Amino acid sequence: MLNIVMAVMRRDLKLAMRRQADMTAVLFFFVIVVSLFPLGIGPEANLLRKLAPGVLWVAALLATMLSLPRLFADDLKDGTLEQLALAPHPLGLVVLGKVLAHWLVSGLPLALLAPILGIQYDLSTDALIVLTATLLLGTPALSGIGAIGAALTLGVRGGGVLLSLLVLPLYIPVLIFGAGAVDATVAGLGAEGHFSLLAALAFASVGFAPWAAAAALKIALE
Amino acid sequence: MLEARDLVCIRGERRLFAGVGFRLEEGELLYLRGKNGAGKTSLLRMLIGLLPPESGSITWRGHAPRSEAFRADLCFLGHANAIKEELTPLENLLESVHLAGESLSEAEALDALEQVGLAGREDLPCKYLSQGQKRRVALARLVHERRPLWVLDEPFVALDSSAVAWLADLIGAHLQRGGAAVLTTHQPVDITAGTQRELQLGA
Repeated sequence: MLNIVMAVMRRDLKLAMRRQADMTAVLFFFVIVVSLFPLGIGPEANLLRKLAPGVLWVAALLATMLSLPRLFADDLKDGTLEQLALAPHPLGLVVLGKVLAHWLVSGLPLALLAPILGIQYDLSTDALIVLTATLLLGTPALSGIGAIGAALTLGVRGGGVLLSLLVLPLYIPVLIFGAGAVDATVAGLGAEGHFSLLAALAFASVGFAPWAAAAALKIALE
Repeated sequence: MLEARDLVCIRGERRLFAGVGFRLEEGELLYLRGKNGAGKTSLLRMLIGLLPPESGSITWRGHAPRSEAFRADLCFLGHANAIKEELTPLENLLESVHLAGESLSEAEALDALEQVGLAGREDLPCKYLSQGQKRRVALARLVHERRPLWVLDEPFVALDSSAVAWLADLIGAHLQRGGAAVLTTHQPVDITAGTQRELQLGA
């Protein structure tokens, strides 16, 4: 069971390393979007501190969206997806491997970049740590939910726009609790509640989303 | 072994075929023939469980095509080569075997690549290979493949005549081991081993 998850993950990571342009484009998008706000708003530290959690989280959502359309599209085009669907293990495990690999090349680097970008918003050290922690905990949910959208829009013309319309509303809870945790810390309140809910969202979506995505992929392959 | 009964295929309001059925035993080869658009690929996709038939039934040793027992016995080679341009032939072969839930040593993989005539190109990314060479990378999987049911969609496309003869021998050896095979092709191929059967679609 675990073997196939690891095998798919290793393969996807190897492919991501061979075409790093895709990965760096996503990260640069994140860096640029986050950096544009302080430039546009000007040096008002109080305002920036207030905006920071929301801006960083929305930028992370959009950056994740950018990489989603290719999650299954390449495998569909070159016939690999058929082979994966015909292998004698559940397709859900294959999707789980792909979701984990997607998180490792998009969500994880985004979370690790966030504290550096957060300095532009004059966030305190505590707030930066909480921001990074929420992104680490929340981005797996983005990859999981995104996989359902990517599978549902696979092979659809103009699927990219449809994918955003499908997936972004589903990201709202992650956004609210993720940005909320940082707000709560800045305001001096505890963020434990937010963290518990984020963890629940992450586990639920990484656990269930691959099976929903697998069902959608089977329809796409017909 | 493989039995299909009264299959009906409807693709986008149009009925491609109806009442198609056959029985394939060990060591038998089934050629699917028919004009372009007669439904050969659709029938293949039905046999492997990717496309549910409108009506009719398919069984392999009592298992339905979507079951894991069926998929553990199946080797499918589609129109697309299912290889990654960024990976080398060796990596592609090893990955495809691993992802299919089987194991293959590196020595066996190198031997398979040599047999398909890719010796010396094992470490070249596949994007630098020609169409025929990419097809050979995909076919290398068959060299050490011991699953009993092979379903091949146009396996001879893009191959030169020596590779066609090599593949025909490989399929013949598979039939002699007691395997079964279903394939579509437009060109005449000389496979002498096993029993040959033919199914004409859209006649």
